Amino acid sequence: MRINKHPILDFNRGKKITFQYKGQEIKAYQGETIAAALYAAGIKVLKKSNKYQRPRGLFCAIGNCASCYMAVNGIPHVKTCITKVKQDMVVEEETGKGDIID
Amino acid sequence: MILLINTDLLVIGGGPAGMTAALKAAKKGAEVIIVERYHELGGQLIKQTHRFFGSKNEQAGTRGIDIAQGLTKEIQNMSVIKVLTEATAQGYYEDKIVTVSYQNKFRKIRAKRIIIATGASEKMMLFLNNDLPGVYGAGAIQTLMNLYGILPGKKVIMVGSGNIGLIVSYQLLQAGVEVKAVIEADSEIGGYLVHASKIRRIGVPIYTGYSVKSAIGKSSVKGAEIIKLDRNWQMIAGTERFIKADTICLAVGLRPLVSLLIQADCAMAYVPELGGDVPIRDENLKTTNDQIFVAGDAAGIEEATAAMLEGEIAGLKAASEIGYLSKDVITESRRLKKELRKLRNGPISRNIRKGLSKVRGDDNVKKNRYSHLR
Repeated sequence: MRINKHPILDFNRGKKITFQYKGQEIKAYQGETIAAALYAAGIKVLKKSNKYQRPRGLFCAIGNCASCYMAVNGIPHVKTCITKVKQDMVVEEETGKGDIID
Repeated sequence: MILLINTDLLVIGGGPAGMTAALKAAKKGAEVIIVERYHELGGQLIKQTHRFFGSKNEQAGTRGIDIAQGLTKEIQNMSVIKVLTEATAQGYYEDKIVTVSYQNKFRKIRAKRIIIATGASEKMMLFLNNDLPGVYGAGAIQTLMNLYGILPGKKVIMVGSGNIGLIVSYQLLQAGVEVKAVIEADSEIGGYLVHASKIRRIGVPIYTGYSVKSAIGKSSVKGAEIIKLDRNWQMIAGTERFIKADTICLAVGLRPLVSLLIQADCAMAYVPELGGDVPIRDENLKTTNDQIFVAGDAAGIEEATAAMLEGEIAGLKAASEIGYLSKDVITESRRLKKELRKLRNGPISRNIRKGLSKVRGDDNVKKNRYSHLR
């Protein structure tokens, strides 16, 4: 959910764009990170843990931890919390330990 | 192709400490490169909407976001400072070269002096289901909310009543989020009472002597079971209570990000008062590696005002060691150190002072070296 009115901050959001997540089209604003845009769309689970397949979401949101790794345009292990979303980007949940997708 | 870049000073981390370090050195004439992982400078200042405490000289009364903007603008106006954003320092090598990944290329930077201002990472806390989506660090919540204008949830449980926990609780309330409770393991509130009063007046309860036993939920947080602790911080069975919430925010402290310092063979010491392993250094923030200075949270967890002063002190000294000497260096350095001492003078900084006494680079302290970390 995006904040529209805030007592201190003005959010100057960029241009409206769309990207792909698991085959769905997600709306975002230019300047947002992939993880932030997914979060705003209500998607909290970004990947599954390797061994027990437990759901993983954002944790630090500044690129320190490994909780938000996703496959972006076929490249695995992208830190989606610090990577900006772009028009028509294809974002997928990782498989395995971050397998390279052909 | 691997590129080798030569420079006077390399600053790793473009937060408050790194920015003031770069500016100070550049103003003395040094050529500076700043390596910053994020796509803009400012570090954690860019999401701090509260006004700063401290002295007027160091921008008290100004909001963190405005401080970041001011410093960024100043840096952009200095042609001798080159800023690499979305760039990550990867390693420090024996030939004194730092490798950086930048624009999908692996670069090498050789600098006469390096200031490591990598900041800190948030501490995790042990409880059942602590890996569920919906359990976030307080910094993550500030990023989502204050930077991107996205609500982290509707009902939040804040864990930790230090200044970060209290301030972020207030920021959540400002954004229209319900803060169900602040949980504090200690018997007293950790942060400034002025911050605590602000959220209490709005009706947020602060439970001291409580901790989180487990997060409840399947694919994301639906609530938390909290539990009373005895004096030794042991859980008292039978005192569990459930709080419904979709977000658990952890504000349980920070740990200095020191991996590069360890790799660069800087002597380290474990100092709980400063958040964990920190480098031994002298009063100019010089580590035991003659090429390397440290500044900001990487030197020990404090706040941004101290980080900015440390950056200035380190930047000044680094520039003069490189050869950019001016008449006023000594008086300027003295003034900055005095300012920093004054800032750390109050009762709130008692722990910081105790911690700092353990990391001074005199012989007495060198015995504290933790060689196993290297």
